[in-house]
Amino acid sequence: MSDNILKVENIKKSFGGVEALKGVSLEIRKGEIHCLAGENGCGKSTLIKIVSGVYEADEGSIELDGKSFSRMSPMDAIARGVQVIYQDFSVFPNLTVMENLALNMELMAERKLVSYKRIRAIASEALAKLGVDLDLEERVENLSVANRQLIAICRALLHDAKLVIMDEPTTALTKREVKALFAIIKRLQAEGISILFVSHKLDEVFEISERYTIFRNGQNVATGETSGLDRKAFVRYMTGREFSEESYRPAKQGEVVLAAKNLSLTGAFKDLSFELRAGEILGITGLLGSGRTELVQTLFGIYKPDSGEVQVRGKRVRIRGVKSAIRMGIGYVPADRLTEGLFLPQSIVRNIVVSKLDRLSGLFGVLKGKAIGAEVEKWVRELSIATNDPSLPVQTLSGGNQQKVVLARWLANDLSVLILNGPTVGVDIGSKYDIHALLRSLAERGLAIIVISDDLPEVLACTSRILVMRGGGIAEVLDPASTTEQRLGEISTGVA
Amino acid sequence: MSDNSTATAAPRIAVPRDRNILRLSIFLAAVFLLMTALRPSIFLMPSNFNSMMRQFPEYGIMAIGISLTMITGGMDLAVVGTANLSAIIAAKFLLAEVPRGAPPEQALPMIIVAVLLALICGLACGAFSGFLIARMRIPAILATLGTQQLFTGIAIVITNGRPQSRLPLLYSQIGNTELWDFIPLPFVIFCAVAIIIGLALSKTRFGPKLYMLGTNAKAARFAGLNNEGILVRTYMISGFLSSIAGLIMMARANSAKADYGASYTMQCILIAVLGGVDPNGGFGKIGGVTIAILILQVLSSGLNMFENVSNFYRDVIWGGVLIIVLVINLVVDGKARRNGARA
Repeated sequence: MSDNILKVENIKKSFGGVEALKGVSLEIRKGEIHCLAGENGCGKSTLIKIVSGVYEADEGSIELDGKSFSRMSPMDAIARGVQVIYQDFSVFPNLTVMENLALNMELMAERKLVSYKRIRAIASEALAKLGVDLDLEERVENLSVANRQLIAICRALLHDAKLVIMDEPTTALTKREVKALFAIIKRLQAEGISILFVSHKLDEVFEISERYTIFRNGQNVATGETSGLDRKAFVRYMTGREFSEESYRPAKQGEVVLAAKNLSLTGAFKDLSFELRAGEILGITGLLGSGRTELVQTLFGIYKPDSGEVQVRGKRVRIRGVKSAIRMGIGYVPADRLTEGLFLPQSIVRNIVVSKLDRLSGLFGVLKGKAIGAEVEKWVRELSIATNDPSLPVQTLSGGNQQKVVLARWLANDLSVLILNGPTVGVDIGSKYDIHALLRSLAERGLAIIVISDDLPEVLACTSRILVMRGGGIAEVLDPASTTEQRLGEISTGVA
Repeated sequence: MSDNSTATAAPRIAVPRDRNILRLSIFLAAVFLLMTALRPSIFLMPSNFNSMMRQFPEYGIMAIGISLTMITGGMDLAVVGTANLSAIIAAKFLLAEVPRGAPPEQALPMIIVAVLLALICGLACGAFSGFLIARMRIPAILATLGTQQLFTGIAIVITNGRPQSRLPLLYSQIGNTELWDFIPLPFVIFCAVAIIIGLALSKTRFGPKLYMLGTNAKAARFAGLNNEGILVRTYMISGFLSSIAGLIMMARANSAKADYGASYTMQCILIAVLGGVDPNGGFGKIGGVTIAILILQVLSSGLNMFENVSNFYRDVIWGGVLIIVLVINLVVDGKARRNGARA
């Protein structure tokens, strides 16, 4: 018996001529927490599907718990103790907690009749294994994301799991829930179960894993002990590029372009005052519910403040709506790119010019085709949006490029203030640094930028001043050069 | 994408969906050839074309109105109610102001006023539906179901449910004018409507705004579009077009009644979907809708040539055609989308 639970070597897999995996290898030892990292499209998910028997590899060998397979079915994988927790958890939202937990067991036993007594017994046992306390009768759709994930994990453990694969398990979790999840992962490890933790978030990789494997473009680029890895190397392995992580300093003190004076919105924030200068990147952070999103949306005309005033270039203004905010030179990149930012099935062209249609049309609203073409071409080039036909739907682009399209929309409008809410959520590391570099160069050219983000390293790296909000007020204003993530976290939660 | 040429294709403001129009054209040609082959002696007669050109403008114009509202992700079920109410208002005005047997020079100014009143009524009806949808946030399908009932109800109340006939002869004379003794005036009006609305969608900023709003209203709001204004305007256009259709119906029947053309609503929705308007909003072209109108007219005129095919079969055939087209669209577009996603 080897001390590996899983050993795959030289796995190749193509889809219709596209090589997703070009001969990758992965070894997971018994009882270890192994992290598989890599950017979107690097082949992580394909490998998981091969290991769980969903796809068949074109070439290569798989050894599971000491047994070699040339072909492996999902049933083989389950029988050998492989359990995958997918991003969507594959739970049935319309069924109760106990039904979700026991369903697979009942189906595998090919029972014809339902006994709730037995279901309850199976379910309580499953929950007890992890020491989780949930109402068995509750419908799963009423549970939080974190609790749904717990159910998926408990269900996986019912099958005598030896290797649990978690595909980006922290995507939809809050900080606290991530902590709880990590505690559970440690608990599983203590019982001798191996964990393959798939993620591209660097902090998590460092916190939880003992060894790591990084893929890029369907190939292994690095594997080793996590303790011997640093941030810079991690980013380099993931992207194949080097990035600097200096914080941004405006060259000179610009004029005040936007100011809030004692601004209040009932139920969101109260008596807020701050100034924003040309050329600076102001970071706003704080927990959900701290009022930060409402604050910027008020500046953008979505909400009307109950009291206080907003000044643009020293003059008091009333922002009546989004249109009037745009006229004053304020642009807003919303938090949820997919539902608030983009028109997914529409062309890249339309997505870029949508906010400028009035200025790109003449008499009777007739569109100026040439001007539109020139405008689009300019931004595609300037932001290096990866497309060779901007009349394609914007949904054909990757997350990073989609975000650039939203940025292009605003930059086309000659703004003086650009507000970004979570500018790099769901964007891979390479594009993330591109976007940070872009924000810096925009600020250097005199744009005033506000960045709202939960990603504290991002806030520290790309802003020149940080405003921490707590409970609808400004808790503190900090200089990113002389503060730490921990300090930011403490101020937001009010521990300090 | 095998095409890796660096030269960027001239960006089109419209997302290409021309395959749908091509498919519809082929379908139209096929139906046309089928009818020709079955009854060449009747189908190819000029009188047959003339009668087709008389029949489709009234529901064709309403179908264009419904299509616009469907592109915004909405629906206008009140087109027929609006058409009848507008026509009844025009008819009431004519009956009150033009004495029987009045000479044309006395009737004509009143007819012009009556037409204007009807058009204003159409705009007002549309504005009301638009207000309910944009401002009160009532789902379009419910709001216009309500306004349809309301408009029809008002029409019944002011007429006691009786047809408004004995209109001045001049009105139906004008309405049934034929250019070169062949092309009916309603057909000319339909062409003008189709061209103007088609150009507005493809060449002016109204088009992209409508498409963007229909694709994602929330994103449209964050992009600074005036969603409420666009919606109200769209329902006003739909109401305006409905009142034109009402005036055409009034000329053809030489009367106005609260329940004319009751079957047109569903037929117009059929046409819009057949013509490639996405029921979820965001896509649709007037060219496609126009071809769909022609397909249904050719089918229905063709069926009329067979005395032994009962009218009862008509619904079966139309429903069948719609479902076939939907399935074809789904299969073909689904494939294209999957291939696109892979590339």
